[in-house]
Amino acid sequence: MAGVLVFCEVKDGKIKKASREALSIGRKLAESAGGDLVAIANDKSVAEEAGRYGAKKLFAAGVTQYSTEAWTSAIKQACDEVKPVVLLFGGTSNGRDLAPRVAARLDAGVASDVDQLSWNDGKLRARRPVYSGKAFATVDVTGTPAIATTRPNAFPAEEAGGAAAEVADVNASMDSKAKLLETKAPEAGELTIAEADIIVSGGRGLKEAQNFSLIKDLAHAIGGAVGASRATVDAGWIDHQHQVGQTGRVVSPNLYIAAGISGAIQHLAGMSSSKHIIAINKDPEAPIFRVADLGVVGDLFTVLPALTEEVKKAKAHH
Amino acid sequence: MNSVVCISHVPDTESRIKVSGDGRHIDEAGLKFIVSPYDEFALEEAIRLKEKNGGDVTVVTYGPERAAQALRECLARGATKALHIKGESADADALGIAKVLAAAIRSVPHDIVFFGKQGVGTDNGLVGPMTAELLGYPQVNVVTHLEVADGKLTASREIEGAEEVIEAPLPAVITAQKGLNEPRYASLKGIMAAKKIAIDTKSVADLGLDESNILNQRVVFVSLQLPPEKAGGRKIDASDPAAAAQEIIKFIREEAKAL
Repeated sequence: MAGVLVFCEVKDGKIKKASREALSIGRKLAESAGGDLVAIANDKSVAEEAGRYGAKKLFAAGVTQYSTEAWTSAIKQACDEVKPVVLLFGGTSNGRDLAPRVAARLDAGVASDVDQLSWNDGKLRARRPVYSGKAFATVDVTGTPAIATTRPNAFPAEEAGGAAAEVADVNASMDSKAKLLETKAPEAGELTIAEADIIVSGGRGLKEAQNFSLIKDLAHAIGGAVGASRATVDAGWIDHQHQVGQTGRVVSPNLYIAAGISGAIQHLAGMSSSKHIIAINKDPEAPIFRVADLGVVGDLFTVLPALTEEVKKAKAHH
Repeated sequence: MNSVVCISHVPDTESRIKVSGDGRHIDEAGLKFIVSPYDEFALEEAIRLKEKNGGDVTVVTYGPERAAQALRECLARGATKALHIKGESADADALGIAKVLAAAIRSVPHDIVFFGKQGVGTDNGLVGPMTAELLGYPQVNVVTHLEVADGKLTASREIEGAEEVIEAPLPAVITAQKGLNEPRYASLKGIMAAKKIAIDTKSVADLGLDESNILNQRVVFVSLQLPPEKAGGRKIDASDPAAAAQEIIKFIREEAKAL
């Protein structure tokens, strides 16, 4: 069976967006290869949703708490049964943790953080940003299965309208040397930059830590995540998990709003593949304007509050 | 307490990338190479463990001649031993690199193995967990806090907006995230002391591996392209903030379709 197996993460009873994106490109690859799309998730509760995304079969791994080692055993067993030609992981923290471990167990190759996937002469061809987006590498994954982690937001999540996936159990070893002691939850309602559709980022132009409230207000009003330049993270104004760029996260949201960020090469590399970019900066020569679709030359301290008000008004009309 | 830190020698993050004549690699001419930034956090953590508990910090790299500079830099900061596996690692896939490193690590006494969470450059983030699997060790990935005592470790792992606390017995593999610590610079004394330490050099064959299983296997590099230069879009003047806000809203609504 020239099938495609997709690791699906479930949150609040639903398949996470990054996994739905992986299912969607996985379905296309399976169709062209003449095989089935198969999903593996922690339990069978998402069989209907997986079916809507085209999965014919769902392996219920029974891994209740995330464990690299238990998941590796479960995916290995599913691979032994369905012998997929392609194995996909959404590029979340867990997907990135698991894909290389599984690959080493299967002696297979991985293309990570890919933003394009296609068949080329029977091989899985992937495009992936390297040097934080300063270049793109095209690679062929020649092993079996060919493994890839998909970049969040790079592939649209598209339902295919299929019936509920047939459920099969996995009875792999749950042994794990590493044990999860606790999970410290994020602040309620806070979106993370990795998967966000909209990111509002602040830079040194904010002048001091407390002015990040201007960024947070706009992000909150528009329903986006808070991003930050390296300079602000290094200055201790905001936590590293908000950092966009070469030593932070490379992101490609639908909308990226950069305020008070001049656009160091490392930052540009991390965000220039965003689909729509708005830059607000008082220096008309700031490098950020080279990648911006809409450049706003002006004072962020007056523009941001005005914009936040307009966004609130626009949202109120809906 | 002996640590191994795996080091990747990468182009300085300030560099502009050019494509080499073969269209598949970067042009290294004129590029400055550095210790990959995440590896600095890994090294610092290992040095702190040594300062607390004694033992060795062995830095290991797989790469061409120039990668010895990275090891030299790590010795100057406080690593005590260095092992250079020489080879054209640019043609190896992540699993190939992991196979080389796993074999190298087996040849060195160790209780804990450190990596950066990814090499800045190829940005794969694969080699640490692959090496953990090959060695049969537990892994904790993207670590922002680490405690080691009584033959086990407790590590905080960054996940989407949250944090997991994981316990694992030694030996184990840790991949370091920014925030784990503040890496030190090399002191003059460190630089002088490092000069007296010989870097141990081996080939892939010396480790009992066959390069034909390492190079151009599993993942084959087809081409490397630079992204199209963006010309920059429309610019507006925001001396009237309310009018500018209206313009921005129009863009968000009509072009990004995000409102």
